Amino acid sequence: MSDARNEAGSPAHVQVRGTVLTVRRVDAYYAMTVVAPGVAARFRPGQFVAVAVGGPETSMLLRRVFSIHDVRPDHGGTVEFIFATVGPGTRWLAERRTRDVLDIAGPLGRPFPLPRDPVNCLLVGGGYGSAPLFPLATRLRGRSCTVDFLIGAASADRVFGAMTARRTGRTATVTTEDGSLGGRGLVTDVLSQVIHEGRTDVIYACGPMGMLRQVTAVASRYDIPVQALVEESMACGIGVCMTCVLPVVGDDGVTRMVRSCVDGPVFRGEQVRWNDIGTIPFDALGAPGWKPRPQAKPRPAVSRPAGPSSRTPADGAGHDR
Amino acid sequence: MGLAMTADLRTKLGHVELPNPVLTASGCAGAGRELATFFDVAKIGAVVTKSVMQAPRAGRPTPRMSETASGMLNSIGLQGPGIDAFLQRDLPWLLSRGARAIVSIAGGTVEEFAELAGRLSDAAGVTAVEVNISCPNVEDRGQVFACDPGASAAVVSAVRARLRYDLPVVAKLSPDVTDIVAIARSCVAAGADGLSMINTLLGMAIDLTTMRPVLAGTTGGLSGPAIRPVAVRCVWQVHEALPEVPIIGMGGVMTGRDALELILAGASMVAVGTAIFNDPSACVRIVRELDEELASRGIERLMDVVGLAHEPHPALGRRLSGSGL
Repeated sequence: MSDARNEAGSPAHVQVRGTVLTVRRVDAYYAMTVVAPGVAARFRPGQFVAVAVGGPETSMLLRRVFSIHDVRPDHGGTVEFIFATVGPGTRWLAERRTRDVLDIAGPLGRPFPLPRDPVNCLLVGGGYGSAPLFPLATRLRGRSCTVDFLIGAASADRVFGAMTARRTGRTATVTTEDGSLGGRGLVTDVLSQVIHEGRTDVIYACGPMGMLRQVTAVASRYDIPVQALVEESMACGIGVCMTCVLPVVGDDGVTRMVRSCVDGPVFRGEQVRWNDIGTIPFDALGAPGWKPRPQAKPRPAVSRPAGPSSRTPADGAGHDR
Repeated sequence: MGLAMTADLRTKLGHVELPNPVLTASGCAGAGRELATFFDVAKIGAVVTKSVMQAPRAGRPTPRMSETASGMLNSIGLQGPGIDAFLQRDLPWLLSRGARAIVSIAGGTVEEFAELAGRLSDAAGVTAVEVNISCPNVEDRGQVFACDPGASAAVVSAVRARLRYDLPVVAKLSPDVTDIVAIARSCVAAGADGLSMINTLLGMAIDLTTMRPVLAGTTGGLSGPAIRPVAVRCVWQVHEALPEVPIIGMGGVMTGRDALELILAGASMVAVGTAIFNDPSACVRIVRELDEELASRGIERLMDVVGLAHEPHPALGRRLSGSGL
C-alpha cells in the first residue's frame, strides 16, 4: 500500500486493498461498492479506478479500468463502479462477495473540467457510459448549472440510470435502439432537438467511440464545446504501457498519439481525431516519414512545469477545474 | 515505510555499484515519472527508461495490446518523444528525484545508435546505457540487430566508441534466436560491459469474433510470467558461457521468489516489466520480497548467490530440497 504524491508533493492517487461492501445486479450491469478511503477522498468526476482481477496466482495480469460512478463517506470512504461482464476478468469481479478484498488503484486520469459560470449542461451517455455522468451532475448543480440528461442504449436493460436521470435532471431524454424504453433510435438522432430545447451551452459525453464522434459532429454545428470521456482499452491505467493512445490535436495544432489514461480520459471532443482512431495519421508527430519542420521545434516550448499537462488538450476555454 | 534491509542487496554493473538489483524493464515504466506517484523511484536499483530514439515516434496503431494466459502481447512500436525532449524533460526529472537512470536507446541504423550514444555522453548523470537491439515491434524484422551476431556487434562497438568511457554499455538480447550465447559473445567482444535479457518473444493472437489478428501490428512481443522459464534458460546459458559478464535478468518477474530464480541462474540484476502493469508498486515490493527470500535462507549477500545454481549442491547433488515452488 503506498500513499501517492505528485510532483507538487500533494496526494495524487493511491493503491489500496479495498474490502468489497456490495455487488448488486443493475439490469444488464453490475454495481460494485468497495471501501477505498484514499480513492474516495481524492475523487473528481470523470476519474476512474484500475482493479486487479483474478486473485493471487491469476493468469490475468492486466487491470480492468472502470469509471467511478459514486463515492460516499461511509466506512471512511467508498467508491462504486459499474461494469458489464464481457470476459473472464469481469466475470470474476461479478462473483466477488461482501468482505472479499480487491487491489484498487485510483482515482486515475484527468477529471471533467467544470464551467466557471452557471450554464446549461447536457450530459449524454451511451450504455453504462452514463455512470460517470451522475457524480458530474451533482458537481454541476453545486455550481448552479442546469443539467439535462440524454441517455441511450441498445435496449431498456442496457440504459444505465434512467430513473436517477429523471429524478435529478431538469429534463431526461432516453432512447433505445429497439424502442423498449423512450424513443426508438440513437441518442444522436435527437441530440439537435435536445440542444435546442435546453439551450445547451456545454456537452459532457461518455459512451462508445462512434457515439462520441457523432455527438462532437452535431455539437460543432452549434459551436458547443464537448467534453468527451473515452473508454479506450488499457493495460495499466497509470500511463506507462502506451496501449491506450489515440490521435489528439494539441493547442499548437500538432496531432499527437496521447494516452487516454493520463492525458484523458476526458478530451475536448473537437480535438480528438475520431475518424483516425485505430490509425497513426500521416501528419501525427513521429508518424512514419514524419520529419521535424526546420523552422519549428519538434515539440512546443514548454512554459509550464514539464509533464503530461503541458500538452493536454483537455482544458476548454472558459473552464477550470 | 522504509525498506529494512537484512541482506546486503548491493550489486555491480561494471564499475557502477547499485544499492539493490531491482530495476524497471525498459518500456514498462516510461521515464519513471508515472511510477513516482506510487513509490520513491530512488529506492530501486535503477530506472531503465523506455527506449529513446533520435526523432519523436508515433508508434503503431491500436489495438496495441492483447492479454494472454499469464502474459500479454504488446505492439507499441517504440512510441516516444525523441532524444531532444528526453534530455530536456525526462532525464533531468529522473535525476532530480535521486534515481539512477539507465537509458535505453533504439535506432534503425548503426549510425542512429552511435549518435544517441554521443548525445548521452554529453548528458550528466546517466548511470549506464542499454542498447535495445531486440525490439520485435519494428516494421522491418531486418532491424532486429539481436538476431545476428555481426549486426549486434556492429551496434555495440559503434555505441562503445562514441559513449563516454566511464559509462557501462549493456546490450539487450532477444530470446528469438537459435543460439543466444553466440550473440552474447559477439556483444561482449564488441565492448558490452553487461547483457540484458530477455526482450519479449514474438507472438500473435487472433480474435475469433472478427477472425482477424487482434493487434493492429499483426505480431507483438509476448511478456509476463508465461515467458519466465525462457528467461531463466537464457540467463543460465549465457552465465554458463560468460560467468564474468554482469547480466540484467528479466522475463515475467512478479515476485521476490522469481527474482531470486533469475539471480541463481546468473543474473546480478533483475528487471521488472509486465508486473508493473499488474501492480504499480511491484518494484519496491520485489526489493522487499527478495530481501526476505535471501534472509530466510540465511544468505547475507546477494552477490554470493549470483549464478549459484551452476555449482553442484554440496549435499544433494543437483537436487535442492525445499526450493519452494
